Amino acid sequence: MSIPVRITINGTLRQFDLDPRMLLVHLLRDACTLTGTHVGCETGICGACTVLLDGSAVKSCTMFAVQADGAEVTTIEGLAKNGDLHPVQQGFWERHGLQCGYCTPGMIMTSVQLLSRNAKPSREEIAHGLAGNLCRCTGYSHIIDAVQYAAGMGGAR
Amino acid sequence: MYPAPFEYLRPATIDEAIALLVTHGEDAKILAGGHSLIPAMKLRLAQPRYIVDIGRIRGMSHIRETAGRIVVGAMATHDAIERSALLREKCPLLPETAGHIGDVQVRNKGTIGGSLAHADPAGDWPAAVLALDADIELAGPRGRRTVKADGFFVDLLTTATAPDEVLVEIRVPITSAKVAYEKTEQKASGFAIAGVAVVVEQGGVRVGVTGVAAKAYRAKAVERALAGQSAPTAEGIARAAALAAERVEALGDIHASPEYRLHLAEVNTARALRRAYGN
Repeated sequence: MSIPVRITINGTLRQFDLDPRMLLVHLLRDACTLTGTHVGCETGICGACTVLLDGSAVKSCTMFAVQADGAEVTTIEGLAKNGDLHPVQQGFWERHGLQCGYCTPGMIMTSVQLLSRNAKPSREEIAHGLAGNLCRCTGYSHIIDAVQYAAGMGGAR
Repeated sequence: MYPAPFEYLRPATIDEAIALLVTHGEDAKILAGGHSLIPAMKLRLAQPRYIVDIGRIRGMSHIRETAGRIVVGAMATHDAIERSALLREKCPLLPETAGHIGDVQVRNKGTIGGSLAHADPAGDWPAAVLALDADIELAGPRGRRTVKADGFFVDLLTTATAPDEVLVEIRVPITSAKVAYEKTEQKASGFAIAGVAVVVEQGGVRVGVTGVAAKAYRAKAVERALAGQSAPTAEGIARAAALAAERVEALGDIHASPEYRLHLAEVNTARALRRAYGN
């Protein structure tokens, strides 16, 4: 039995008829071809699938798409405006906040929420706020630099 | 990882949810924040035929003070509890405990009611609600009833909640700041290997322990050892903490042996007591 669902994705209202067991991450990647949202551990640990749901960072692999009915979802593809990178994206670019890049979309989405709640976080606050996003390359130091750079540029926007 | 197929039901009221549970019985599972149930469904450890999503029922995520008590709706998220100004002032153990749960994304979705109803032996909330001597309100076809936290946890992943009941509310006392939650966590998941919550009140103390045994429990031997003392000595706290796992059968797994869990129960009980008493 499919369920009618309306979700605003990156500012555009979309309608779907969904098998209720479809996870939000698969709706985004497979139905919407928004493949910037990554599938990492699939167990709710790594944070690679993080998107914003009504402004809050959530793990889209641990949520049924039908639960997002009526909500606004923002993915990494929805951050840049008119070709201008979001301050957090710019921060990751300027401060080399990535190596392989697999964790980066999730890192950035969680960082956007972090800065929306705390415009000038300390390094400790950034590390605590990003505890739900794992990176196996950078050692995190440059990621924290990137978030601080973004905070200096106006942060969450 | 796709869960097995299921039928998705989204009641608008608690009564509708109860009616669905009555109709579908053991084939139905309640979906709250989904952060215990969905991982279990993805691994196909759980394969419910009907999912009753209570996420759209209004009036289940309140956090307020009513008649001298703190009342928290079952659908209040860990994040809402962590950041509640009311709770920071009047029941600081709840925000402190919330901050220990998972990570920010998990806290944004996971709920206190879902966590309690799931009764993971390593969950954080059971320790807090035990130490607060919480009332847990259940709604079912026979009306509402209140279960004390001490009688709520029955066994591993098993509570006093009947299959046709919905956990709707948690009520706890207003407390002083003499509270603490000390936890040793499993590094990958953040779940408790041993977590100890302490609430000091006039003339006594309550101690809730999670992660150590198949179900969270009140360390009543510790409480008895400190009864009537408003400022126990460091030695008194150490002697009391040594009773943290008296007559408890500890769990063992790849993360920690039973002996290590018993040791951590004592260590974290001592730490939580010292902080709560300001010793």
